Amino acid sequence: MSDTTLTGFTARLPKFVRRDPAVATAFACIVLLLLVGSLYSPSFLKVDYLLQQLKVASFLGVIATGMMLVVLLGQIDLSVPWSVAVGAMMACAAAAYGPLGSALAVPFGILCGVLIGLVNGIGVAYLRIPSMIITLATNAVAQGLMVVYTGGFSPQDSATPAMRWLATGFAIPGIPNSVLIWALIGTGTVFLLTRTRFGRSVYGIGNRERAAYLSGIDTRRIVLIAFAICGGLAACGGVLLAGYASKAAQSMGDAYLLPAIAAVVLGGTSILGGRGSYLGTIAGVILITLLQSILSVMQMPEAGRQIIYGIVIVAMLLLYGRSPASR
Amino acid sequence: MSVQTFFRMEGISKRYGGVRALENASLDVSAGRIHAILGENGAGKSTLIKVMAGVVAPDEGRMTLDGKEISFGSPAAANDAGIVCVFQELSLIPDLSVADNIAISNPPTRFGMIDRAAQRRIAEEALRRAGAEDVHPLALVKDLPLSRRQMVEIAKALARKPRILILDEATSALTASDVAKVFAVLKRLRSEGLALLYISHRMNEIAELADDCSVFRNGRHVATYAAGSKTDNEVVELMIGREYSSVFPPKPVRTDSAAPPLLECRHLTWTDRLNDISMTIRAGEVVGLGGLDGQGQRELLLAFFGVLRGLKGEILVEGKPMSISSPAAARDGRIGMALIPEDRKTEGLMLPMTVRENLSFASLDHLSRGGVIDRKLEERKIEEMVRLLAIKTAGLDIPVGSLSGGNQQKVVIAKWLMRGPRIILLNDPTRGIDVGTKQEIYQLLRKLSDAGAAILFYSTDYDELIGCCDRVLVLYDGAVKRELVGDEINEHALIASALNIGDGQSVSAMEAAHG
Amino acid sequence: MGEWRYWFAAQRGTLLAIAIFVVMFLIYILNHPAGFTPNVVQTASNKAVLLAFVAMAQTLVVITAGIDLSIGMIFLLTNCLASWLVLGTPTETAFGVVVVLCAGLLCGALNGAIVIYGRLQPIVATIATGAIFYGLALLLRPFPGGSVNEDLADFMTGKFFGVIPASAVVLAAVVLVVWVPFSRSTLGRGAYAAGSSDVAAYMSGVPIRRSKFLAYSLAGLLASIGGLFLTFFTYTGEAAFASGNAYTLFSIAAVVLGGVSLFGGKGSAIGAIFGALAFRTIGDLLFVFDFDPLWQPLFQGVILLIAVSLGAFALFRVRNRLEWFL
Repeated sequence: MSDTTLTGFTARLPKFVRRDPAVATAFACIVLLLLVGSLYSPSFLKVDYLLQQLKVASFLGVIATGMMLVVLLGQIDLSVPWSVAVGAMMACAAAAYGPLGSALAVPFGILCGVLIGLVNGIGVAYLRIPSMIITLATNAVAQGLMVVYTGGFSPQDSATPAMRWLATGFAIPGIPNSVLIWALIGTGTVFLLTRTRFGRSVYGIGNRERAAYLSGIDTRRIVLIAFAICGGLAACGGVLLAGYASKAAQSMGDAYLLPAIAAVVLGGTSILGGRGSYLGTIAGVILITLLQSILSVMQMPEAGRQIIYGIVIVAMLLLYGRSPASR
Repeated sequence: MSVQTFFRMEGISKRYGGVRALENASLDVSAGRIHAILGENGAGKSTLIKVMAGVVAPDEGRMTLDGKEISFGSPAAANDAGIVCVFQELSLIPDLSVADNIAISNPPTRFGMIDRAAQRRIAEEALRRAGAEDVHPLALVKDLPLSRRQMVEIAKALARKPRILILDEATSALTASDVAKVFAVLKRLRSEGLALLYISHRMNEIAELADDCSVFRNGRHVATYAAGSKTDNEVVELMIGREYSSVFPPKPVRTDSAAPPLLECRHLTWTDRLNDISMTIRAGEVVGLGGLDGQGQRELLLAFFGVLRGLKGEILVEGKPMSISSPAAARDGRIGMALIPEDRKTEGLMLPMTVRENLSFASLDHLSRGGVIDRKLEERKIEEMVRLLAIKTAGLDIPVGSLSGGNQQKVVIAKWLMRGPRIILLNDPTRGIDVGTKQEIYQLLRKLSDAGAAILFYSTDYDELIGCCDRVLVLYDGAVKRELVGDEINEHALIASALNIGDGQSVSAMEAAHG
Repeated sequence: MGEWRYWFAAQRGTLLAIAIFVVMFLIYILNHPAGFTPNVVQTASNKAVLLAFVAMAQTLVVITAGIDLSIGMIFLLTNCLASWLVLGTPTETAFGVVVVLCAGLLCGALNGAIVIYGRLQPIVATIATGAIFYGLALLLRPFPGGSVNEDLADFMTGKFFGVIPASAVVLAAVVLVVWVPFSRSTLGRGAYAAGSSDVAAYMSGVPIRRSKFLAYSLAGLLASIGGLFLTFFTYTGEAAFASGNAYTLFSIAAVVLGGVSLFGGKGSAIGAIFGALAFRTIGDLLFVFDFDPLWQPLFQGVILLIAVSLGAFALFRVRNRLEWFL
């Protein structure tokens, strides 16, 4: 995967440098990080390490995919933390209900995330509540539900073997399944965004919802679906994380909100919507993951990581994410 | 003209993109006079006063105040120089109180805090001077009806102690009794030595108020004369003028057909903007909408296109009543309607997206199977449209925003023609585009109507209505004021009915009816 | 009579928040085993005052039609800072308090500078600065700890004359010293004007940028007062990520309950304070009615969801569907 991505990338490089400086910048930063890391430890350029990083990145990648859809619409989903946790917990919970529960654990977890996304979508599209507000509220409700459900303790149910296999197994020797899943979801998203009516409508709405509406697009339905997908993918990320750690945890999603938004925005997707490519999001996800990895190899404490995150995001936004000067 | 001239504009030009809004315009302003500015839609009046009020900067020309050359960087700078404008689009802040709004730019303070008692006194004084004592200074602006807000706007301008007060259509939302009050105020201000610039489409108001009149046409200053020295007819002639003549395709002679009209509406009413409108359009017919800007033309088109809620009355397609609840329903095959919207930059196009994506955006349902776009079909259709409209673009994958205005408009039209619509609504499609493209659009409209489309065409350019339309409906205050057919469609009739003069029906009678 | 009507219309959101709080608090007191005693009031006041300060801070930014998602992190950061500095002799303690307040002001000013002069969207910009503030808090307190001048802390969390809770008095004082002058200043009005209608404010010559910058900066200051109080209650500093996030979220809830419009231009910090008090009383109500405290987050979430959905009713008055897309 890493090889094909890289060759594919080099072949298209000149075009992207011209058309999308943000994506080029992000990839340049990845190369820079790898070089800096290899100075620190030569293992940074080894295939094993890169695959390991890709595996870690895949969880964030799945979650950021959903976030990207919503950001392309000019909205944001702040309910990601508890959508992730709900997906993980509900999948584990289903596992406690015998073999049928085990079999349905993964789809059930994802379905719960879709439900959260639907509530968000109804609020944003039909009630026209600012997405930032309604998603904060559903996040709180999802948290409340989970606290009631678990009794405030970490849930005792553990992940099903299937979940563990999805997150840590190898269907193709050498390539972790989670990476395959991300590749699958990514391919689907690229197809969705570039080849379908839905994708075109998403970009259209993100650029100018008014024009899209007057072109006869049912903009509300598109927004609703995008939020549902975002919720589902966040939950899917949660299911994978639960499989990875063998169980769900209360605040397991908290660590994914900021990186997901950061990955999308650093990949050149405009936070105001309408502009961005999935390749950029891939770059953003890898960039964030490598940054985390290098900071932890350098034994940078959590504090330093947070500060560097924040500064990197603000700096990159100031480079290419500014709104036009008024008047 | 007068020794008291203290503000002068000379050689002012302003372009927006490739379109000239003002060309070498000049104006003298004298103390103690009311100076009326006249002109058609788009004659440059609004741009002129925006330059004066510091809202836009001119490209060329100079302004002098008391003999000294000046320029304004912002509305605040113009205010400081004593030039205050009551804008057509309101500048009041909805969530603040009347008193807050009146004192907004320079509130009285005590110990660094706004002195509310003093502010209230200022507000009451200003409201009294504007003849709006019935407005409570503590009321929130958003809770006031439009006519009261307009009065507050005038009071706010007066509170700034202007030397030159500009009123841009300031009476358009007022009731008849308010107009009388405002006139009394304006006359008193004149006697106090203020210079007033008055912009209005209502000829009777100008006759009552103005001392001097200046006529603008196509961005140029055409004439200045003493009020009352010309008849209404002469004024209308001045406003029309002859600058260029467009080539319009010949109109075919129509025979009445027995088929039901393709599009019809009966007693269409919506809030206070549409008032019992009934009309029909047959296949092969181009029907124009005339009248001054903002008389309900835009709303009528939106009503047909399913955008307005709470619409009363009936819409029929081929004689069958239809309920159209969204643009998606309106464009559907059974109705086959298309709307070329007013503002191509915010309503017609997604500017950062490519020409290709914009062209196919309204036809994605036709171009895809199972939600997946058939790229070959898309390519073919797009090429067809680019050829049909002769769209000049450096490629299909560049942002549509980088095309010229005329070509952008062609993209908007093409994206709808790709669907093959039967009913085409156009909202001022030639605004701000070059003459050559305009002519291409006229030819295209005629070609489409010959092919059996029904076309409803709103234009602010009277020439276009005359040259293109088989019939013209002139709207005034949300109602059809007059229907002109065939040879009746001429500039004089259009302007006279748009201004609501002539035909023995006096403006003041209309005014009273609406007040 | 007429005068009152206009005052009432302008203060409707605030009055509603006060009414909701009073009703809830009465129910709480009437069902409390100890009844209406100074101790019960003191406990309630101390619990609510933290959120009240943070909500007040959020109000200032929301009035400009912005949002500050880093406000909870500023609160944490100043808490951690105070656990190092607000110590020792009265002079040292006073110096520490001043430094903490300045730190808060600086954080707010940073947000303001990035949003206004950097022209970034407030949501993303403050999420990012929130990470920076949280990182700094962690740097100061990798593990919970530190201490505070306990005399000052006990005084601030105690009672005046054995009756009036000191925290409530400080809250009132801050309202008088920060909020009232701000809301009545030219720049404060500018903040309202900019939030209500950017275009109209520009046409009217309002100093939009300076007004917004002041609002963001003062928001940081108010959050730092909250951070100080947190230190007075806990005697320690702790960089608890979940707690910071919760305060950000609850501040938005309190602002909405307090009648402050998230679209800007409307509402007052006093409303937000009562919104915060009411929000806190929800939890207390669950307690006196012997509900499982586990239900508290869910209850708060549902109330928040309902509160934000209420604004949607204006939608049904929209007659032109194009107005959906502003």
